[in-house]
Amino acid sequence: MYLLAAEGGESTHNPIIPIWQEIVVGGIAFVLLCIVLMKFVFPRMEQTFQARVDAIEGGIKRAEAAQAEANQLLEQYRAQLAEARTDAAKIRDDARADAEGIRQDILAKAREESDRIIAAGKEQLAAERATIVRELRTEVGTIAVDLASKIVGESLADEARRKGTVDRFLSDLESTGAR
Amino acid sequence: MFGQANVLAAGQAAFPPSVEDFYLPSILPWGAHDSYWFTKITAMVWIAVGVLIIFFLATYRKPQLVPTKKQWLAESIYGFVRNNIAVEMIGHAGVRFAPYFTTLFCFILLTNFFAIVPLFQISPNSHIAFPAFLAVISYVMFIWVGIRHHGFGKFVKNSLIPPAPWYILPLLIPIEFFSTFLVRPFSLAVRLFANMFAGHMLLLVFTLGGFAMLSANAWLAPVSVLSWVMTIALTFLEFLVICLQAYVFTVLTASYVQGALADEH
Repeated sequence: MYLLAAEGGESTHNPIIPIWQEIVVGGIAFVLLCIVLMKFVFPRMEQTFQARVDAIEGGIKRAEAAQAEANQLLEQYRAQLAEARTDAAKIRDDARADAEGIRQDILAKAREESDRIIAAGKEQLAAERATIVRELRTEVGTIAVDLASKIVGESLADEARRKGTVDRFLSDLESTGAR
Repeated sequence: MFGQANVLAAGQAAFPPSVEDFYLPSILPWGAHDSYWFTKITAMVWIAVGVLIIFFLATYRKPQLVPTKKQWLAESIYGFVRNNIAVEMIGHAGVRFAPYFTTLFCFILLTNFFAIVPLFQISPNSHIAFPAFLAVISYVMFIWVGIRHHGFGKFVKNSLIPPAPWYILPLLIPIEFFSTFLVRPFSLAVRLFANMFAGHMLLLVFTLGGFAMLSANAWLAPVSVLSWVMTIALTFLEFLVICLQAYVFTVLTASYVQGALADEH
């Protein structure tokens, strides 16, 4: 049928004249396509694009905030560290000063102690010497008197006289010793 | 629907092909010649619409920030039209036209593509009804957008009065009116229609020509083979034309909208 029509050269169709039924069908189909795609698909794509942009920009912003915070913390730590170093240096200086002071104190005390000990020793020596001298004086007197009485053969009766003689003798001895 | 296949199988190809080869008998009612409601052509339009709707709805049912492969494909199509046509031509304001441009581009591309898909092998756009409808939408759209943006008077003034010396205006205004308001829809529709029509005609000529020569004389068989090789080569050319025409139609629509939105002529 179709072939017959074609071969019959019966040119019923003009390709430049649209067929109105096709316009209706194509129009309905295309409008349907437009409604579905433009309402349900492409706006959501725009949303997704926007969400993606937000996600990326938000990520950058978050990273920047984190970076800033990290920098701030770093500054803070550096400041604290510097402060701690200063403190440590100060403490060390103080300790050194204290140690020096204590050393000086101990030295002074030691010196004082040694001086005291020396002084005490000297005093004791002097006292002992005085005692010895006193004892010697008595003894020497007795010995000398004994010796003299033996030599002279007589005992000196008069105590006062004897004492005067001895003292005189001893003074002579001392004066000759001092010379 | 299988009229052509029957013709080829019967070896009684009508050569040369005529305009009537573009008007296939109706499917429902079967075989009728004057019924155009449900033909192979309209069936293909419905198939194209169905495929596009299903594809986009399926790939964009659950959009994710990190796209799946299919979602990426759908986004690439939209992104291509949005960035390379809408934003490129119109600027940032073009984003709001991107959904329509993408729909238009996909529809034309797929219906064009039927021209080289086996068993379909004819594009609905080789019937001027469909390009004409799309062109009318573009025409109404750029005028509507222009009037909305500028107001009627300023839009007409912008469109018709180019910045030229006053004495040349009597010549320019009719030309501007003719080119902007009369020729545009026709050039859009006819460009797409004629490309698809000619493409189909070329493929018919080389395919049917091979059969015609073979049935005329068995010694012409090598030439028939050459003719069919040419068909294959022309199919690749047709693919180029298919993509190009879909792109050109969309770009020109975008360009008209841009012209209507532009502040100066």
